[in-house]
Amino acid sequence: MNHAVQTSPESASAISGRRIYRQITGRKYLVLGALTALLAFTLILDISLGPARLGLLEVASAILRPGAAEVTTRVIVWDIRMPMALMAVVVGAALAVAGAEMQTILNNPLASPFTLGISAAAGFGAALALVLGVSVIPFAGVFLVSVNAFVFAMLASLTIYLLSTLRGVTIETMVLLGIALVFLFSSLLALLQYIASEQALQQVVFWTLGSLVKATWPKIGIAFVVLGVTVPVFVRQVWRLTALRLGEEKALSLGINVRALRLHVLVSVSVLAAVAVAFVGTIGFVGLVGPHVARMLVGEDQRFFLPTSAIAGALLLSAASIVSKSITPGALFPIGIVTSLVGVPFFLSLILTRRRQLW
Amino acid sequence: MVNRLTVDDLSFSYGSTPILKGISISDVAPGCITAVIGPNAAGKTTLFKCLAGLLKPRGSIRLDDAELREMGGANVTRRVGYLPQEGPVNAVLTVFEALLLARKHTMSWRVSDDDLAVAGQVLRDLDIEHLSLRYLNELSGGQKQMVSIAQVLARDPQVMLLDEPTSNLDLQRQLEVLDLLRSVTAVRGMITLISLHDLNLAARFADHFVVMTEGKIYASGDAACVLTPGMLRDVYQVNASVRVDDDGITQVTPISSARTKNGAVASASRLPSLD
Repeated sequence: MNHAVQTSPESASAISGRRIYRQITGRKYLVLGALTALLAFTLILDISLGPARLGLLEVASAILRPGAAEVTTRVIVWDIRMPMALMAVVVGAALAVAGAEMQTILNNPLASPFTLGISAAAGFGAALALVLGVSVIPFAGVFLVSVNAFVFAMLASLTIYLLSTLRGVTIETMVLLGIALVFLFSSLLALLQYIASEQALQQVVFWTLGSLVKATWPKIGIAFVVLGVTVPVFVRQVWRLTALRLGEEKALSLGINVRALRLHVLVSVSVLAAVAVAFVGTIGFVGLVGPHVARMLVGEDQRFFLPTSAIAGALLLSAASIVSKSITPGALFPIGIVTSLVGVPFFLSLILTRRRQLW
Repeated sequence: MVNRLTVDDLSFSYGSTPILKGISISDVAPGCITAVIGPNAAGKTTLFKCLAGLLKPRGSIRLDDAELREMGGANVTRRVGYLPQEGPVNAVLTVFEALLLARKHTMSWRVSDDDLAVAGQVLRDLDIEHLSLRYLNELSGGQKQMVSIAQVLARDPQVMLLDEPTSNLDLQRQLEVLDLLRSVTAVRGMITLISLHDLNLAARFADHFVVMTEGKIYASGDAACVLTPGMLRDVYQVNASVRVDDDGITQVTPISSARTKNGAVASASRLPSLD
């Protein structure tokens, strides 16, 4: 062993440090670039599919130069298909980022908006509006279902948040509590379905299957704003969140206030997941698998893990949207069903061909 | 640079169970290695956690003249490098990334050349450069421990607290790592406390000893004054022979447990002489 332990910026160790770092990050930038390109392609493909077939180039040109496109094409691309396609991207990204940070702060590979009961609570809130017409916030208007879903999703998060501030509550307890909430809200939802009229029941089932059909520009705007507000919270904490994966004790020894970090991130994650679920219904799988795909591709340096999770989630939901349009031409399958059908084979192939341990 | 670590009447309890009972330490010198020894559950890890600012004990811990609890978390982290006992790590991070994390207090989103240089240097010093691109969750226990030691060194602390840093290492690595730690401690004038179970290893590398038992300090001083058959019987409850080899290094040879079948410790007067 070498006993020098003296460093200067241009020493051999500086050069070797830079070389190793470039080797590590270079590959990750490449993966990020490739995924972004793939996402752009699926977005255009998604927009091109529908009852009126449009060519990929035609769509790309209508997106880049709307003024030069034919009126019909412009209306189809910008007013009808773009909101749905973009909603898939934004919601996919939001769910995957929420899942990634939940897995990080709870140190649990099974954590996702589903695990903590956030999706189940949103489902119950939506059903309350659809079956009984009950609004938890007056004058919600056209946003009645979404607002109800959001409020209940936040209620679930708040419950977990408040309990997690109690002394002696471990992350295992938090996960168990989340699972208990899943059962609670699933039972309440089943109760509402039991007493619902046939028409309301159909609406509830449709909502819980998840759908992009009701995507509008204002909803996309809100989802973007929420992403814009919450993601910087995670960005500011990238090193702390990465260090958390070294184990709680190591993180503490690096001067991280683990408890505060967990609670801080939990709040942001809850808002992100609640908004995503409120707008499109309970779309599972993306929040769980998006982060795992990212972990396999770029590891857990959050500077890369965070954007890769977002893009992987967006890509999964965008691909699911494409498949949902393609199964039966002219009809639209609920995306919640398709997500798992598309995602599971893809995820399995990644797991079976992986060269390193996933968690 | 920290020249003095002083602990005065330190006590700590987990709930109603007292772990540390009035610990005072004043003879820890910079540039020297202090071995903190004692049987399981003597309070060594809790003491280290208190010194690292992770627990809030009663009593006083001072770095030079500054009270630790009044220094603020960031200041403590910058000065004190604490290596916890090795726990399970399943992070999908490369060894190099793990080392950079140890320097996170100096980093923004971008990683500076200086941070890269320090990480590269520590990998070389510990002779684990070949592990740079390996993922932590693929390493053996010993390799993980080497990375943890590297993380503490990469932080360039003024006080090092290493809790059983060699427990997973093979014989050769144990000697090499402790040799490196001794050299770093001397060169940088650090205050280094190492908790060790292997008393012969401690005798070879430590300049000073603090013996703990049942949350108290039993004795402190150099090997000759601390590593005695009486201490081994009282603290470790073993009968052992102690001799000094040709290089002047104390060697401990455990012979038998001093605990009788009913759990009581045989009194010193009933034991045969081991000299």
